[in-house]
Amino acid sequence: MEHSVAIIGVVALCTLLTRALPFWILGGKREIPQTVKYLGKVLPPAIMVILVIYCLKSVNIFVGSRGIPEFLAVALVVALHCWRKNTLLSIGAGTVFYMILVQAVF
Amino acid sequence: MLREIRFAFTKTIPVLLGYIFLGIAFGLMIQDAGYSFWWAFFCSLFIYAGSMQFVLVTLLTGGASLVYSAVMTLFINGRHIFYGLSFIEKFRKMGKAYPYMIFSLTDETYSVLCSLKVPDKMNEKRVSFLIALFDHSYWILGSVLGAVIGELITFDTTGVDFSMTALFVVIVLNQWMDSREHRPALIAALVGVLCLFVFGADKFLLPALTITAFALLGGRKLWNIQ
Repeated sequence: MEHSVAIIGVVALCTLLTRALPFWILGGKREIPQTVKYLGKVLPPAIMVILVIYCLKSVNIFVGSRGIPEFLAVALVVALHCWRKNTLLSIGAGTVFYMILVQAVF
Repeated sequence: MLREIRFAFTKTIPVLLGYIFLGIAFGLMIQDAGYSFWWAFFCSLFIYAGSMQFVLVTLLTGGASLVYSAVMTLFINGRHIFYGLSFIEKFRKMGKAYPYMIFSLTDETYSVLCSLKVPDKMNEKRVSFLIALFDHSYWILGSVLGAVIGELITFDTTGVDFSMTALFVVIVLNQWMDSREHRPALIAALVGVLCLFVFGADKFLLPALTITAFALLGGRKLWNIQ
């Protein structure tokens, strides 16, 4: 309980830090180092890919449902999103489909 | 004033739909992890960062250390640094609202403000502030709604946490379609999977993020990634 409050506090402070940093440090000048600019461009897509792996990290393809529900639901999200490019539709349909799979099928 | 409220509201309708929906997903997830709607409320009030709040739930349930939580937040929200850059001059003129404008600059508010063209008769500062405030309210409302729904209706919410996976998959797809440079994403996938095998599910995230960052720094000259 107390630890949860502490984690939330730390996350809130660090989030604020990332938002305040440019105003704080770079407030005077708008020139940013090339390396920082470069990281700002290439890191976000890379981090998101790793977060997808993070979400699927406990999937074990050798036991239980063998990752089949995850595979099918991710496939549905990808297919829907390539087709309609509607974020809410892709997430909503994918989640409901996954819930049905883990609750009723597997 | 009323015209400005109406104008700001119209501009934020797409965010309204997105935030209520994602907020509900977050609320359901944190409630499912054993936290009441008050937790959802305060998280959304004080943190107000979509992707990070989903990851937060896993930090809470896993009892993560504070240092780990801090590093994770800096990695995941690091992109915010680049949003602020576009608004340094604009926000400085906002007077009392200046700190709030900095705090509330999410991906979605950023994109609305970027494309904002305020009619001459309206006060641009006030419209910008209202947009930021409305978006924040939608997010809080959605997450509390989700947590309350989870508490009141006792349907089986097993698997609702997949909304986090789906959200990140969609973000990856959007970034993939928007860019012709796919090597950062591919390098991250390779490093991520390797780290998962080497360090195991519980410990792979931090090494994966760090090694990817260094690989991309090295790759800049080596493979001419731009």
